[in-house]
Parts: sequence; structure tokens; C-alpha cells
Amino acid sequence: MIPSAFDFYAPRTLDEAIALLAEHGDEAKVLAGGQSLIPAMRFRLAAPAVLVDINGIGGLDGLRETNGHLAIGALTREAALEEYTFIRERYPLLADAAHVIADPLVRNRATVGGNLAHADPANDHPAVMLAYGAELAAHGPRGARTIPIDDFFTGMFSTSLEPDELLTEIRIPRPGPGSGGAYLKVERKVGDYAISAVAVQLTMDGPTIRTIRIALTNVSPTPIRAEEAERILTGQTLTDATLEAAGQAAAAACDPSADLRGSIEYKRDLTRVLVKRAVRRAAERATK
Amino acid sequence: MSTHQITLTVNGASHSVQTEARTLLVHLIREQLNLTGTHIGCDTSSCGACTVIVNGRAIKSCTMFAVQADGATIETIEGLAGAGLHPLQEGFWEKHGLQCGYCTPGMIMSAKALLAQNPNPSEEEIRYGISGNLCRCTGYVKIVEAIQYAAAKLREQQTQEVPA
Repeated sequence: MIPSAFDFYAPRTLDEAIALLAEHGDEAKVLAGGQSLIPAMRFRLAAPAVLVDINGIGGLDGLRETNGHLAIGALTREAALEEYTFIRERYPLLADAAHVIADPLVRNRATVGGNLAHADPANDHPAVMLAYGAELAAHGPRGARTIPIDDFFTGMFSTSLEPDELLTEIRIPRPGPGSGGAYLKVERKVGDYAISAVAVQLTMDGPTIRTIRIALTNVSPTPIRAEEAERILTGQTLTDATLEAAGQAAAAACDPSADLRGSIEYKRDLTRVLVKRAVRRAAERATK
Repeated sequence: MSTHQITLTVNGASHSVQTEARTLLVHLIREQLNLTGTHIGCDTSSCGACTVIVNGRAIKSCTMFAVQADGATIETIEGLAGAGLHPLQEGFWEKHGLQCGYCTPGMIMSAKALLAQNPNPSEEEIRYGISGNLCRCTGYVKIVEAIQYAAAKLREQQTQEVPA
């Protein structure tokens, strides 16, 4: 279908964009890569009166690694994540995810910031950034602020961003020695959403898990962490028994709905298995 | 509802056109520029039949507004053939890379962008590169062979142009 009619603005600066968002409030939507928004508009699931296209604003894309963190501009295309070798080397969780988001054509347009701000529990970056413990930078008429990822997702398709705020940057804490990560996703075919997917970021102290964060994709109304599973694994060595206990805790934490991708029981059990495999892979990468 | 005057370069020719904000790039290409080689398949960002190359990147033209292409350089299937067929077109011909042909323009544009980035892809890299394009006839085996044929031919042309 053809989308409903709207007014289109393409601001050249962040201030102009924020002014437009402040002026139009709830009527306006931010257009970044458009790979979720445009299909939603075509299905008439979304019919914003105003689109604020941020693609022409300089300085919102690109990757920058400092001593403390990796900063990802909100407008960075998903495809760009696959093009940097240092991402594969130092951020394997992010590299895993970049490879399985939608398909290569969509990744040429889709943005990291859009994937988060859209807050679809089926999207992949929410779990990835929850596992990293990322911080999000937002700009609005009242200035800039940072939002911890744990406070970002407030419901299905809703975040703690105000209607006049723009997500500008994602900051991933730079993994220290002994760190490893992995993202495991089961999808019916390339380009589909996950049936279930698991993001793990951990730090090993020899054979012992010192810290671990685990997050789940598309098995609850919002992206969630599997906190009980994290508690079970922290301070433990990797044994079949601890992994199984963690997998079961994650399966219990999720709240999937039955749909064409599978039953509730299937999605829970798949999550249990993926948690075990993802933790193992992350630990293998850490000890390398 | 806003309308916009935009300028874009398609297959080397500059066009200045008026477009409603909600017009999708694929509709502008097909209906205003009359370049109907770019197909509309699923209309839901899934199939890749509408793939064109925008500023060097293969994208789904059903999932971008035409107004966003203001100032862009676009390649469509019509821009490929010169004096003879492009090596990709020749490859699809020689290796029977199509049956019904509906996905072919998108498949070829994806392959063109892939070979520009990676002139000597493995079979796995080709399959990964075209994983956003669906074909419901061939089972992809012949498409992969067609792209391998084109890759070899393009590399050959390259070495002829620049003698070692």
C-alpha cells in the first residue's frame, strides 16, 4: 500500500531536527534508515503527519573507540558494523548480531540507533546493548542526557525518550581482559525476526565467570535480561549443571507468545538451549 | 502533505522531478521515469525484486522515499548493458540463472554491488550477498553459477585493461 500523506522535513543540523520534533510533538516520527518505519507506514500501522528525516545531519554516524568505550553514532548503518575488523576482534557479540540482522540489502539502510529507538522486542540490538550494559546519549530542547540501557525500554515499541528527544549515540563499555561475547539467533530464514535469540557478554577469571550479562530477543513484550540466569552463573565455573540451571532460569524468565514462529513451550525451550550455547561460546572467546 | 522538487542521476542521466513526500523510490523509477525493469514483488521489504544501487549501495527501493534520493546517483538494471550485454547479464543468460525472470533485475543489481566490493567471492560469499533477494524458481544454484561466471569475466576484463 501507499503510505498516508505526510509533511517531510530534512533538517541539516541536530538543533533544527530537535526544533521540528518539539514543534510537532507526537505527530512527528524520526526517519533514519526507515527499514521498520516505512513498512509500518505501508501497512498503515503507522501514519505520522510529519517525518523528520535525519539522514542529512552530519556527525551522527560512524564508530569511535576511546579508552573507555566504543561510541556508535545513532545513524551508523548496520552494514558498517560488518566492515570494521576491530569490531570482529574486540566486540564479537556486536559482530555476531550485525551478521544476522535482517538481510544485507536492509542493512545498507538500517541504522543501529533506529533498531534501538524503534523498541521492537523482535529487534536484535536491544538484547545486544542490554548484554553490553550500554549507555545511550540523547539530545533534546533541554540539552543532552545519557540513559542507561536498563532504563531505556519501557514497553513494546516504547522507550524513555521524550517525543522531542533524538537518540544520537550508543556507548558500549570497552571490554577488558578476559572478556568475551556471543549472539545466537534462530530464525526461520534470512530476514525474518528471531524465534529466539540470546546475547551474552562476560568476563572470565581463569575458569571462573567473574561478570556476566545475558539478554533475550523476541521472547517477551519488551527486550529483557535473564537476571536469575546471570546470578546462577556469576562466580561459577562452566559445568553442565550450572549451564543447565542458567538455561532453565532464562526459559522461566521469558514470556513468549505463540505465533507462526512456534508455541510458547518451543520458544522457552529454544531459549534454554541458546543460553547454554551462547554462554559457552562467549567463554571460549574470552579465554582465547 | 508536502511535495518536493528533487534532482537525481539515474543511469548517468540527470532528472529533475516533482514528487509527493510519500512516493516510494520504486514508484518514481517505474512510473515517472518509466524505467520498468525494476520490479515490485512483495511490496513489504522482503523479496528484493526492487533492488537498485543508490550511491554505490544496493538497497530495496520499495523501502525508501523518492524525496530521500534527492541528489543521489542511482543505477538500475537498464543502466547495465553497453554495446553488448553486461557480464552479469551474459552470465544469467549462459548459466540459465533465471526461469520466470521476475527476481532477475534485483538479483543482478545485488550481484553488481557485491562484485564491486568483492571481485572474487567464494560461493558462500555470493549466497550471503544475495540473501536479501528471493527467487522462487531456480533454487539459487544457477544464479550462483551465473554470478561466478560474471565475476570471472569481469576479472578477465580488468586484467586486459590494466596489463601487469
